[in-house]
Amino acid sequence: MSGLEAFLLTVIAASTPLLLAALGELVVERAGVLNLGVEGMMATGAVIAFAVALATGSPLLGVLAGALAGAAVALPFVFLTQVLAANQVASGLALALFGLGLSGLIGEGFVGQPGVRLERLHIPGLSDIPFIGPVLFGHDVLVYLSFFMTAAVAWFLFRTRAGLILRAVGTNHTAAHALGHPVRLVRTLAILFGGVMAGLAGAYLSVSYTPQWVEDMTAGRGWIALALVVFATWRPLRVLAGAYLFGAVWILGLHAQAAGYGLPPQFLSALPYLATIAALVLISRNRTLTLTNTPAMIGQPFMPER
Amino acid sequence: MADKPAQTGADETTAAPLLEVRHITRRFGRTLANNDISLTLEAGEIHGLLGENGAGKSTLVKIIYGVLRPDDGEILLRGKPVRFSSPAEAREAGIGMVFQHFSLFEPLTVAENIALALSGAHDMEALKERIRAISEEYGLPLDPDALVADLSVGERQRVEIVRCLLANPDIIILDEPTSVLTPQEARNLFETLYKLVREGRGILYITHRLEEVRELCRRATILRHGEVVAEIAPAAHSARDIARLMVGTEVHHVSAPPPAETGVPALHVRDLTLPAPGPFGVALYEVSLDVRAGEVVAIAGVAGNGQRELFAALSGERPAQNPGAVFIMGHDVSLKGINERRALGAAFVPEERLGHACVGSMTLVENLLLTRHAVDSDFVRHHFIDYDVAQKVTSRVIAEYDVRNAEPGRRAAALSGGNLQKFIMGRELDRRPQVLVVNQPTWGVDAGAAALIRQELIDLAREGAGVLVISQDLDEIFEVADRIAVISRGELSEAKPADSVSREELGLLMAGAHERRNGSGAQKRQKG
Repeated sequence: MSGLEAFLLTVIAASTPLLLAALGELVVERAGVLNLGVEGMMATGAVIAFAVALATGSPLLGVLAGALAGAAVALPFVFLTQVLAANQVASGLALALFGLGLSGLIGEGFVGQPGVRLERLHIPGLSDIPFIGPVLFGHDVLVYLSFFMTAAVAWFLFRTRAGLILRAVGTNHTAAHALGHPVRLVRTLAILFGGVMAGLAGAYLSVSYTPQWVEDMTAGRGWIALALVVFATWRPLRVLAGAYLFGAVWILGLHAQAAGYGLPPQFLSALPYLATIAALVLISRNRTLTLTNTPAMIGQPFMPER
Repeated sequence: MADKPAQTGADETTAAPLLEVRHITRRFGRTLANNDISLTLEAGEIHGLLGENGAGKSTLVKIIYGVLRPDDGEILLRGKPVRFSSPAEAREAGIGMVFQHFSLFEPLTVAENIALALSGAHDMEALKERIRAISEEYGLPLDPDALVADLSVGERQRVEIVRCLLANPDIIILDEPTSVLTPQEARNLFETLYKLVREGRGILYITHRLEEVRELCRRATILRHGEVVAEIAPAAHSARDIARLMVGTEVHHVSAPPPAETGVPALHVRDLTLPAPGPFGVALYEVSLDVRAGEVVAIAGVAGNGQRELFAALSGERPAQNPGAVFIMGHDVSLKGINERRALGAAFVPEERLGHACVGSMTLVENLLLTRHAVDSDFVRHHFIDYDVAQKVTSRVIAEYDVRNAEPGRRAAALSGGNLQKFIMGRELDRRPQVLVVNQPTWGVDAGAAALIRQELIDLAREGAGVLVISQDLDEIFEVADRIAVISRGELSEAKPADSVSREELGLLMAGAHERRNGSGAQKRQKG
């Protein structure tokens, strides 16, 4: 295995959970909802995926369960923000803390247990080609899913009627309601989709990236995903670029640390954040384009008059 | 008017009317927004629905369109009772609506906006074709691929109308459609409406503009305080009579004595050029203007042509970029902030009452202090606010400017729009400023209060102040102004004496006839 090959494989592994979670949050925010609870949904998804994979011996069932758990833990957030029209920032923070705590509680018995790893795809012939095989054809299903979902979210948002309605709801909920679109239903579905994607991201961590359970194993990735969405100006392809840039600089930093160039480790840990912010700010300089892509209703509760 | 159709309607007693509203009642908390309202709309008729702000017009049409549910009463379409639980059901039954506050989505294209209002397959290419066909048929030119954010107000209204027509409705509800149009644009709209009723559709036309009702409608229903006060044939009544029915009392007649002969320039603007504040803002280009002591100068224009930006530059919210552009009472204030300008005797009333002119969650006393603390030393004693004085002044403003339902300790947001506007005007007029700049002085204010505010503006000028009024309402402008200028895409025309300009001339200027940068006014609004 060459150095470049190993580097690319680790970058893909580091970027996939960010991409999955950020794509989910992108859809949520496009519908005009700010869900700060990504970290909590991710952690819940991770522990449930780990537990189900261990209990059933099937990592795929684990992934499925993790996705559902991410959505399930978002239900109180749906109730608070869509039924009671509560403050979304407070509700989202509560979800983040609740999900982390819940995952720690459920996972207490699993600490230190060896997990079940999601098997990598093996396509006879293709996967055996040197370099190209492992880099392009040797991943598990979640990596391919993350790319597929990038295209699917872009297609959904900009090519389908449902996507148009979702964007309309996020742009002007009063007008969308006046036209007869179900604002709160659209938002509820978007939040649940965000939960599924965060749950998948968590599942990737606990059944693929490092098949084990450690408390706080999400390690702030949910917050990074949130930031990626904003800096990517709510566009799916930019989220993909941002996630991979972040992953690449992160891995480079680890390599630099190992090689011992004498750079302070704190600086190297900060580097991916700085690089991603700098790059995404640079590509977001066109203010008109940014403004037309910013969901104007973000964070604002909606209550129809009846 | 080439082909105004003979409107049919009430003569066809045999057929059930297109739309019949019976005894509709709707409460919001303790207020009766609609109390036992009945009206009929016949096929081929433009029916006027008249009333002041808060008379219940919007509530009624929201009920007809399925946005709100009535507490009581029923709606019949061609004699059959219907109940809509959503606007989608109303649209399916053949009711279309063009909203007053545009319900458009700025970051989306024209075609996307229209697709949102239609049900059925999502085929954008086919939809674009239909949009082109309809807009050609009814004389409403539109580019389906344009972003709504880039469209002028008149074009946005076309989007709304085309969107409504694509569903082929039998009944069309128009809510204050001409309030944002130039006179020429309004004329074109009327032609479209006549064509629509000739096709046998019925139009419910909501407005507070009496002359329009007299021209367009054979019948009109007048609402006041949520009740029907009369159904009239508007052409048979004078505008003054109709106004009296709407308001319930005689409306104050604004009188403007001729201005004093000479005056020094109280406000002087010379070649003010400012780039647009943001992607959806308007740049100002070489704006020059004089407002002399003793006169009222008005700036007409369609919304979104730089009024907001000009106001901000005059008030100092966004100072000019170089000295020598804005002078107040002979002092160069181009780079100075709002309080320094106030200290020279100027006062400013911005367009939005809540959020700009005052803070809704603060009391009236606090709101009074917000604009006056820095320029009236009475309010500050030993570096602390003297609330006794502030309270007294607030009470004086409330009493003198007839602000109803108000106490100094009440939150500003608790006042109705008209009363709050009277308070905000009163707060500034109470200082007897030497320069007053006001943007949309009577927007959303009922006719009675509007007349009083306009009279105050004239009286202040005649006492020797220079008054600048920015307004979209031509009736208001002709009522108060001694000289009139027009703003279009950030360029200001030369101010001309009010008695020497016609509405048609103003309409041409509003469409950009005076612009130097863009050539003819036929071009599109400059993009941010």
